[in-house]
This record gives sequence, C-alpha cells and structure tokens, in this order.
Amino acid sequence: MLTLRDVSAGYGSFQALFEISLEVSAGEAVAVIGPNGAGKTTLLRVISGQLPILSGSITLQGRSLLGLPAHRFIEEGIAHCPENRRLFPRMTVEDNLRMGAFIPTARRHFAERLDWVYALFPRLRERRGQLAGTLSGGEQQMCALGRALMSHPKLLLLDEPSAGLAPVLVMQVFDLVRRIRAEGFTVLIVEQNIQQALELVDRAYLLEVGKVKLSGTAGELKNNQFLRQAYMGL
Amino acid sequence: MGIFDFYLLETIINGVLFGGVLALLALGLNLVFGVIDVIWIAYAEIVMVGMYIIYYLNVVLGWPLVFAALASILGVGVVGLLVHALIISPLLDTPPINQLLATGGLLFFLQSFATLIFGAEFRNLGLSMPILQFFELYISFSRLLAFGTALVGMIALYLFLTRTYIGTAIRAVAQDREIMSLMGVNTRKVYLITSAVGGGMAGLAAILLVLQQDVHPFIGYTFGPITFMICVMGGLGNLLGGFLAAFIMSQIISIGSFYVSTELAYVIAFILFIAVMFIRPEGLFQRRA
Ligand SMILES: Nc1ncnc2c1ncn2[C@@H]1O[C@H](COP(=O)(O)OP(=O)(O)OP(=O)(O)O)[C@@H](O)[C@H]1O
Ligand SMILES: [Mg+2]
Repeated sequence: MLTLRDVSAGYGSFQALFEISLEVSAGEAVAVIGPNGAGKTTLLRVISGQLPILSGSITLQGRSLLGLPAHRFIEEGIAHCPENRRLFPRMTVEDNLRMGAFIPTARRHFAERLDWVYALFPRLRERRGQLAGTLSGGEQQMCALGRALMSHPKLLLLDEPSAGLAPVLVMQVFDLVRRIRAEGFTVLIVEQNIQQALELVDRAYLLEVGKVKLSGTAGELKNNQFLRQAYMGL
Repeated sequence: MGIFDFYLLETIINGVLFGGVLALLALGLNLVFGVIDVIWIAYAEIVMVGMYIIYYLNVVLGWPLVFAALASILGVGVVGLLVHALIISPLLDTPPINQLLATGGLLFFLQSFATLIFGAEFRNLGLSMPILQFFELYISFSRLLAFGTALVGMIALYLFLTRTYIGTAIRAVAQDREIMSLMGVNTRKVYLITSAVGGGMAGLAAILLVLQQDVHPFIGYTFGPITFMICVMGGLGNLLGGFLAAFIMSQIISIGSFYVSTELAYVIAFILFIAVMFIRPEGLFQRRA
C-alpha cells in the first residue's frame, strides 16, 4: 500500500534520511525502531507530507504523493499521531476528536465515528467534556489515538505512543494499538520499546543514522543476534 | 434610596453599557492576535473605516441605517481580509517588528485617506435617540442599543468559535499551529477567515460607536489606546480575559468620571494598567482562551 523508494530528506543543509526504501502492505502492522536521533520521526513526517523530500519517491496505493500540500495528506488516507501526542490542551476531548474529523469526508460521518471511537475507548466518553490538557497520560494517548482514527485512515502513523508513560500504561497503550489493529487498520509505528513492539507487528525496520540498517519479519528480528545485543541487552 | 444613589446607579449602569462596547472593540483585535500572533496597530482606524462606511451610505446615499450597518460589517470584514492578504501574509515569517511597522503605516494611510475624502470635519448621522426613563433612572437609548448589539455580536462569535468546524479550527490554531496540517487544516485559509471575522467584528464595533459619537479622521486616537490596554490587561489573545478587562476598565472610567472628572478617570485607568503590567506582565488573566 505504501511504498518509499530511495527517499532522502533533511533540515536545511543537514541530511537526516539517506535513501530509505520501505514498504507497508494493506492490513499490515510495521514498526520502525532505532536509537534517538536515528531519523524515525523525520521518516514519519516525510510520509505525512510535513517535510518535503530531497529525492526518491513515495506512493500510496500506486499514487504518487509528491508535491501534495501537507494538509492534503490526511485526505489521501494518511493520519499521523505525532510525537508527544500534541493534543489541543485547552480544548475538550470531544473538540479534539472533532479536529480529527475536520476533512469533509470525515465530517459527514462525525456522529457515528465519535460513537465508534467512544466504544473503542470508553474512558474517552466519560471524559468527553474535560479539557485534554487535564487528562492523565494514558487518557491523553487514548485521545490522540482516537483523534487520528476519526478520519478512518488507510494508513495510521504512530510516533512513540508509549513514550513518557509508566510501565503499566505502556502495556495499556500496546493493548490499545492491538485493538486498533484488530479493527483492520494498517499501522506504521515508531517505538523505543523494541521487544513489545515486535510482539505487536508483522515486520520491522531498524533505522540507524538515517539509514535502514536491518529489516525483516518480527520473528526474524526477535532472533537477530545484532539487534538482541545492541538494542535489547540480551 | 436618596436621589444621590440613583445617580450612582445610573453611572454603574452606564459603565456596564460602555463595557459592552469596549468588550466588542477588544474582541476583533484579540481574536486576530490569538490566532495569527499579529497585532493590528491600525485596528482603531479599521473601525473608523466602518464608521465612514455607515456615514456615507446612510447620510450621503440615504440608505436605511440597518443596511448601512450590515454593509459596515461586510465591508470592514473585507478590509480585514485584505489587511491579511496584502500586508500580514507576506511578512508572516519575518520578525514581528515588521508587522507592527507595516500596520502602523496602515494607520497613517487610513487617516490620510479619510482626510482626503471626507475632510477633517466631524460627521455624524444626525440621529436623535430618546432617553429612556425607568423610575428615576435615565438611560440613553443609543447606549442600550449599542450594548444589545455588542452582546448579540459576542454571542454570535462565541457560537461560531464553538459550534462550527472552522471555528474549532480557529481555536485549535491558537493552541498548536504546527500540527494543523495533520488535521487537514490549511492554516493560510484559517488566517484569512480569522482576519475577515476580526474585521467583521471591527465593522460591528463601528456601528456602536457611530450611534454615539461623531466620526473624524483621528477618532481612532480616542478609543484605540483603551482598546489595546484592555487586550493587554486581559492577556493578549485571551478573549474571555479581554471581556472581563473591558468591564473593569469601563467601571473605573464611569465611576471615576462621576466622582472626579472624565480626564482624571482615564488617568486612573492608565495608572491601573501600568500597575497591572508591573505586577502581572502577562495580563490579569492567563494568556489565550
Ligand atoms: N526541525 C529540525 N531541524 C534540524 N534538525 C532536526 C530537526 N528535527 C530533527 N532534526 C535532526 O534530525 C535527526 C533525526 O531526528 P528525528 O527526530 O527524526 O529522530 P528520532 O529517531 O525520531 O529520535 P527520537 O527517538 O529521539 O525521537 C536528528 O539528528 C535531529 O537532531
Ligand atoms: Mg522521534
């Protein structure tokens, strides 16, 4: 469904991604793992059109996304749940979800989508009128996931959904993502919790200083000697 | 109650009515600042444009006042849109001082332009509005009308910002502009709409002012400073803060005028403003609603 071919990108004269090739098939869950500063967030920002690429190609279901303005990517079916959640803190949970359904196709189905997200995350229904900034960390993550789901994306990009949460909440967030998968969504997830991520996804890519160092199925990577030693301390 | 108390009550009521007008005046400026992070220095002169629109259509062309008033809202809304498209937008990514200087330039341009077309004379609609009497209270009908109109305008803006997608997006931009494109929102479009709505609010404020006072090219100086003070005191960009600050200031001015004199009342208001700025530089209320 999503295909990246030799994509390079950067910030000014600093190049952050070097000829990345990556594939996500429909219905798949794929992880991008790697150390801090490897370029994981940059990669997601490229895929959701927030950062223009220097060279290479990006296609979604065979259609090129090059040259599309950033705000059009969600209409193409790419929803991006950004690093640090980035909720609108002084807006209610429901208004945050409303923003997730801003595009015309989602607006038409707002009421039913809202019900659906509330059914998926019942906690959000209880908190619907609360300001998002006053939610607990776990609830905020639910709200961020719900907001991204309101557009019913073909591809859901998640940037470290478990970051900054207590261990028990990390488990909970992985559970939420599992539920989203079970709904049939295609997911590309960036994660630092490599072991847990590999339990969740079908395949993964290891990024190091802007390059794909390793890639394979979750099973293969779980047994990969280099990955186990360098990143899992095993 | 003695007769004296009625005077004081009348003063307080007039203060509330005046507060409504100030609150509406502050609203457009505050909205634009909160969302676009830009200060229209020429805001009061943009309001003046609306006053001249009403004067011209009503007095010179003989339009009914209601249509002239609607034309002011629309016309000044377009002015707001143009201010953004022609002046602010090209300077958006440059240091804020450029935007201040550019809208400052607009201030002098509008003053000169008004002088060129209408001359420096004081103009008014020549309306004579009744004074209403409730028991022993005397309230001017034009003030009441202005207050009512301000209230309707503020409620309309509130509903727009809370009940519509674009209004919700406008509030969202004020909180996190960088991720708006992830929501599918074109921020450039939101800025244009916000500027048009801010201009429309200025056009509405023009109606209230022209009901009560003469218009001339330098009228901006009479209410511009107090409008800016209210916005800053309420926490620039904080719509609710500006609303409350407007009523605080109007009471100070109204009661001050009653006990001492109007000039001294303004002096007191300005001193209070300076004191607030020393104690709470971010304004009485938190920045941004
Ligand atoms: N806005 C920016 N301007 C300049 N350089 C940037 C910018 N954002 C990121 N970088 C640089 O690009 C590189 C990749 O950053 P990126 O945020 O993609 O890493 P990451 O893999 O997501 O790291 P983390 O795990 O810490 O989130 C880093 O060296 C970073 O310093
Ligand atoms: Mg990152």
